[in-house]
Amino acid sequence: MQRTSDQVSDAKRWGAGALVFAALAVVGGMSNAYVISLLTIVLLFTFMGQSWNLMLGIGGQLSIGHALFIGIGAYAVAILNIKYGVTPWIGLLLGAVIAGFVGAVLAWLSFRFEVRGIYFALLTIAAAEFARIMFGGWDYVGGMQGLFYQAPGGTMDLGMLRGDARFYYFVALALAAIGIAGTELISRSYWGYVWRAMRDDDEAARALGVRTFRHKVLVVSISAATAAIGGGVLGLVQGAIFPDSIMGMAISVDVLIGPVVGGLGTAFGPLVGSMAAIPLHHAMGALGDSLGLPGLNSVAYGAVLILVVWFLPDGIWPAIVRLYGAIQLPARGRISQLRKVEE
Amino acid sequence: MTALLEVKNLTKAFVGLVAVNDVSFSLQAGRITALIGPNGAGKTTCFNLVAGALRPTAGQVLFEGCSLEREPPEAVCRMGIARTFQIVRPMKDMSVLENAMVGAFSWSTNVKEARDKAYESLETVGLAGKANARTDQLTLPDRKMLEMAKALSTRPKLLLLDEVMAGLRPTESAGVVGVLHRLAEDGLTILLVEHVMRIVMEVASTVVVLHHGAKIAEGKPSEVVTDPAVLESYLGAGFHA
Repeated sequence: MQRTSDQVSDAKRWGAGALVFAALAVVGGMSNAYVISLLTIVLLFTFMGQSWNLMLGIGGQLSIGHALFIGIGAYAVAILNIKYGVTPWIGLLLGAVIAGFVGAVLAWLSFRFEVRGIYFALLTIAAAEFARIMFGGWDYVGGMQGLFYQAPGGTMDLGMLRGDARFYYFVALALAAIGIAGTELISRSYWGYVWRAMRDDDEAARALGVRTFRHKVLVVSISAATAAIGGGVLGLVQGAIFPDSIMGMAISVDVLIGPVVGGLGTAFGPLVGSMAAIPLHHAMGALGDSLGLPGLNSVAYGAVLILVVWFLPDGIWPAIVRLYGAIQLPARGRISQLRKVEE
Repeated sequence: MTALLEVKNLTKAFVGLVAVNDVSFSLQAGRITALIGPNGAGKTTCFNLVAGALRPTAGQVLFEGCSLEREPPEAVCRMGIARTFQIVRPMKDMSVLENAMVGAFSWSTNVKEARDKAYESLETVGLAGKANARTDQLTLPDRKMLEMAKALSTRPKLLLLDEVMAGLRPTESAGVVGVLHRLAEDGLTILLVEHVMRIVMEVASTVVVLHHGAKIAEGKPSEVVTDPAVLESYLGAGFHA
C-alpha cells in the first residue's frame, strides 16, 4: 500500500491529482445530462468509498454497514430541509456529528467487549439493518414512503445547495477532491502512521505505546461522519430518500466496491474503482433491462470483483503505479548510480 | 545502587500449570540483566508479565516505584519500558523508517520529530541505509535490529529483549552484542531473555536463572555457571563442576 507513495514523488502525485480533477471539471462542462448524472454518482461514491477506505484501508476496521452512516446523513439533511426549511449545510454538519457519535458508540461498545474483525463487521450490518427497519416504521420520517425534496426550480442556490444536475456534478467533484486530498493528508499525519501500525499488527502497535482502543473508536467515528456527509448530498442528488435504498445492504456494498476494486488504502483507489465499477453496473443494468435479464448488473459486479481479486489483488490503482514505476525504472536506476558515485 | 525495576513474588498460574512461581528480582539502572533457564522455565511468561502483555496471578512489578502489573501494554510502554518480540513483528505494509517512527509517536505527535527519532534509532542499530526498504526485503538479522530500533524510538528507560539473538549466526550476534554494550554505556537498562549462553556471559552483568517457573539462582554470570543447581537444571542431576 505504501508502495504507491514510495515510487512516485510528492509533487508529481499532487500535480497528477490536480490534472485529473481539472479534466473532470472540463468533462462536467461539456458532457450531456446522462453522463453528468452518472459521473455525479461515481464521484459521490468516490467520496463515500474514501470514508470506508479510511476505516479499513488505513485503520484496519471492516464495515459492511456503512449504509447506517450514509442514511443518517441523508435523513438529517432531508428532515431539516423538507420539514423545517433549514439549509442542507446545517443538515450535513448535524448528520456528520450524529453519525460520528453513533459510529463512536458502536465502536466503543464493540471493541470494549472484544468484538473485533469479522464480528465487528457483522455488528455493523446488524446496526444498519436495525436502523433501516426503524426508519421504515417511523412515521415522522415518512416511513417506507420516504421523504421527497421539492423539485429544484432550476436556479442555482449555493446557500440551499439546490441547482441543476451540473451544479450537483461540481458539488460531487469538490467532495471527491476533498476526500482524496484528505486521505492523502491523513495517511501522512500522526493519525495515519498510528492507524496503519494498528492495522498491520495490533499487539505490536500497543507494545510501541499506541493506544489502539481509542484510535479504533476515532477512525470509525471519522469514517462515519464523512460517510454521512456523502449520504446527505446523495439524498439531495436523488431528490428523494427511502429507508430501503439509502440504508439498504446494497448501498453498503456499493460503497466498498470502489476502494476494493481500485486499491485498498490508497488515495486514488476509490476514484479509479468507482470509475470502473459504477458505469459498468449502470450499463449492465440497462442492457439487462433491454434483454429482459434483470440482475445482469449484479452479475457484472460479481464478475468484476472476481477478476480484480484474481488478477490484481491489490486493486487497479497500485497496478497502474507499478506499471508507471517500471517505465521509470531505467532513469531512476541511473540517478541512484549517480548518488552512489557522489557519496 | 538504585533499582529501576523490582519484581516481587511474581506468580502466574495458567490452568494446570504454574508458569512463574514466586519470582523476585530487581534490575539495576544502567545494567544489562539476563533472564535464562532451560526450555519451559517461564522466561517468556515472566517477560510478558513485566511488559504488561499478561496479568500476574499474584505479586508485584514496580517500575520507578510505580506498580504496573495492572497496566495495559501501551501504558507500560509510555511509562518507559519498551519490548521486542521473540518472533519479529514488522508492520508489513510500512517501510523500515515508518516502522521505526511508530514508537516515536508514543511521546510525540509531530511527524518530523518522529522521523528524526526513527532515523536516530535506525542509525543506532545500523539500519539507516535501509530506511526506505520494505520490511520483507530485510534479512532476519536486520529484522531483529528493526525490532530494536522500533523499541528504541519510544525513548525507553528500560529495554526488554526477548531472544533477540535467536536464529542469528555468531558474526551476526556479535553485531547485536556491540549495540547492546553501546546502549548500556549510554545509560539504558536492559533485560534480556536469552538462550545463547555465550552471549549472556559476554554482555550481562547479572543473571537470573529460572527453572520450572521458580528462581534458582541469581548473580554474576561467572558465579551462576558454576552453581550446582543451575548445572543440574540444564544438564540433569549428577553433573557438577
